[in-house]
This record gives sequence, structure tokens and C-alpha cells, in this order.
Amino acid sequence: MRPVKRIVLWVLSTLSAVVVLFGYHTSTSSTMATSTGGTFSGSLQGQSTSGTTSGGGTTTGGSAPPNGSNGSNGSNGSSGSNGSNGSSRTVTGDTARTQWGPVQVQLDVKGSTITNVTILQYPNGNGTDIQIANYALPQLIQDTLDSQGHNVSMVSGATYTSQGYLQSLQSAIDQAGL
Amino acid sequence: MTTAAGADVARRVEHVMGMPVSLALRGRLAHSAEAEEAWQAALAELRWVDAVFSTWRTASQVSRLGRGELAVEDCDPAVAEVIALGEAARASSGGAFDIWRPDADGVRRLDPSGVVKGWAVDRAVVPLLALEGTDVCLSAGGDMVCHVADPGGEPWSIGIEDPRDPSRLVATVPVHRGAVATSGSAHRGEHVVDARSGEAAGALASVTVVGADLTSVDIDATIALALGVDGPAWLRSRLRTGLVVWADGRAETVA
Repeated sequence: MRPVKRIVLWVLSTLSAVVVLFGYHTSTSSTMATSTGGTFSGSLQGQSTSGTTSGGGTTTGGSAPPNGSNGSNGSNGSSGSNGSNGSSRTVTGDTARTQWGPVQVQLDVKGSTITNVTILQYPNGNGTDIQIANYALPQLIQDTLDSQGHNVSMVSGATYTSQGYLQSLQSAIDQAGL
Repeated sequence: MTTAAGADVARRVEHVMGMPVSLALRGRLAHSAEAEEAWQAALAELRWVDAVFSTWRTASQVSRLGRGELAVEDCDPAVAEVIALGEAARASSGGAFDIWRPDADGVRRLDPSGVVKGWAVDRAVVPLLALEGTDVCLSAGGDMVCHVADPGGEPWSIGIEDPRDPSRLVATVPVHRGAVATSGSAHRGEHVVDARSGEAAGALASVTVVGADLTSVDIDATIALALGVDGPAWLRSRLRTGLVVWADGRAETVA
């Protein structure tokens, strides 16, 4: 609907996720960290963009020359202030050790714009590339009186027993044949 | 968007594995005999999973495995697959999620229920996804796989239940192709336990995760709920998209 806005939101949310990732405690103790904020260390720029840089690579933009010396500029790409030119490049971050496991991020950058973010490694450890940004954020319902049950195809909730289901909204939707 | 729940949605409901399984179809084959055939195939798959994995059926392979009457090698290969999923979940959750749990007598029992459901629906939906030109939304007990045949078509609109009042919604999320799972205490009491402490997870009322496959989002929603106050940060560490409702009713999107 509003692709530009969606992309901006997506990039912002992606970057915040990356910041969380790289700033997170790397404690290996078995107790979970109880602090969930305030630990952002600025390591996003220090770590995520100091790795290898490959020009062109897998991006669709074409054939930018390899510019391995440009790695330090990757951080500028992350913050959207790289004004160099319109060439496309792919920037692969160092592998970061997090509390939950290794994380490695790759950015496709065109000019000063991040055009894609690929997670090469993430703590699940299954080794497949994870393309993110495919999923819309849940939209909180502000006006509960106005929005209940309208235009909803299915309801996601804590596991229903068949008995509990009889009282549920899903049951109503099914029965109404909507 | 106003037609998201329009009149031309074919719906079916059956009760399998002790929970309601709901199907919504839209499009070319929604009302066809092929759709009915695919629905029956989906149900057959779920019933097969129930027969093999149910911890309530004393003769199921998983029950016999838990009692030591069978070895994993003696079971259907799917059992090893599910146990591997459980082991991966235990590792990625730092031990908060574990398919091996002490029962009332302190004996460790195999209970893969937390990983089976999403995995089962991912298998069951396969014949439905083969219906050409047809949109599919298959839900088992509130966890679902969504598929819109035309990538530019209208998404399924999924309501996320208010864990404090299951007759209400806290959010909606449009889904073209993907899965939505919610873990919480709304319908079965506090049935998620932090395996590290053995105590019920109480900081979060519910966790919803949206992602590519139901197997992994179902597991991740359960882990985040078990992690309690650490759950949202854990989801972000895995680049998850979703919604958390805190015990005090505050709703927070995760991205």
C-alpha cells in the first residue's frame, strides 16, 4: 500500500534488531540476563561493517567494482549518510557472538540506501539464509469497540482446547460462515 | 480490506488432537471436490501425528518411547525429527524449553507436545497448498499457516486474541504467506513452564510470532513465553516479528 513507508519501517526495525543483537550481553552463564535495555554499546558500527566487502556480488544493481577498502564506509551506509554514489555493493558483517549464539548480517547497499538485509547466520544454527522483512507488524487495536471481529479471517490465541473453543471468537467466525 | 472476511470464504472445522482445526479457503477451488479431498488428507495427517505423538495415548510411539519400551530407532523416522527439533529448542532457549520434563514423581518424561503441533500443521497443510489459484488458511488451536496464491493478492487478516479476554482482539496482522503462532495461558491455564526453574512462566500473558513456517514460530513463541521478562529481547535476538502481551495487559510489538 505504502511501499516506501514499509521499506523505511522495515529498515528501521531491522537496524534496531541488529543493534540489539550486537549490543546484547555476551555472557555465557546459564542465568539469563535480566536487563533488556541500556546495553547498546555502539558496536553496530564497530563490528557489523568491518568485515569483508564485495562489490556487486548478489545485488541486482549491476557491476560496481570491488572496493574492499571501502569496508569502513559500510557503517556510514548503515546510518544512511554515505553520499558517495549510486553503486550497489554488498557488505558482510563480522560474526558476532551473542548470548544466544553467533549472528552474521549482510547488507545490500545502493548509494546511501540499504536495499536488503540478509541474515547469514542466526542463533538457530540451521545455516540457511534468512530473508527478513517479509512480515508485517501486528497492528495494535486502539479502539476496541470499533474493531472486534471485523475483517478478521482467523484468530491466533493460546492453545485452545475444544471446550474452550466453544467460547472463542474463532468459533463465532466459523459459525457465521464469514 | 473490507472484503478480507467476505462471503466467498469456504470454511471447515474438525476436532483433532483435542483441539479445533479450522480451514478457510478462498479462490478458484475453494468450494471444489479437490478442496474436500485435500482437507481430508490434512486431517488424516493430523490424526496420524496424534496417533504417533500423543502423550495421552498410552500406546503411542512417543508414550512407549518415554517408558523405555521403544528406542528412537524403532519409531517412525518422524519421531527422531521431532526430538531433534526439541533438542535444538532446548539449546537455543538456554534450557528454558525442554521436551524432557520431570513428572509428578520426579521421573523425566518425554513430552514433545510443544514442538509437535506447529510441525504437524506444516505437514498437514501441504495438500491444501497444492490447490491451484486458491488461498489457504489452516489453523490448529489458534496457530496457523496462511497462503495467498497470488503474491499480490489480498492478505489473510489474522486477529490476535486478548489473553485476558479471549472474546476480544488486541491486534490484527495481515499475512500473505507465512505462519502465526501464539503461546499463552488463556485457555489451558499456565501450561508453559520454565524448565530452568520448573515454575510456570508468568511475566508474559501471551506471545505471538509471525514467520515463514509454523514449526519454528510455534517453538519460538513458546520459548519466549517461558523466558518471561527475557522473552522480548530473545525474540529480537532472533529477528522475530510478533507481539507480546505482558501480564499487566500491556501489548508490545516485536520487530
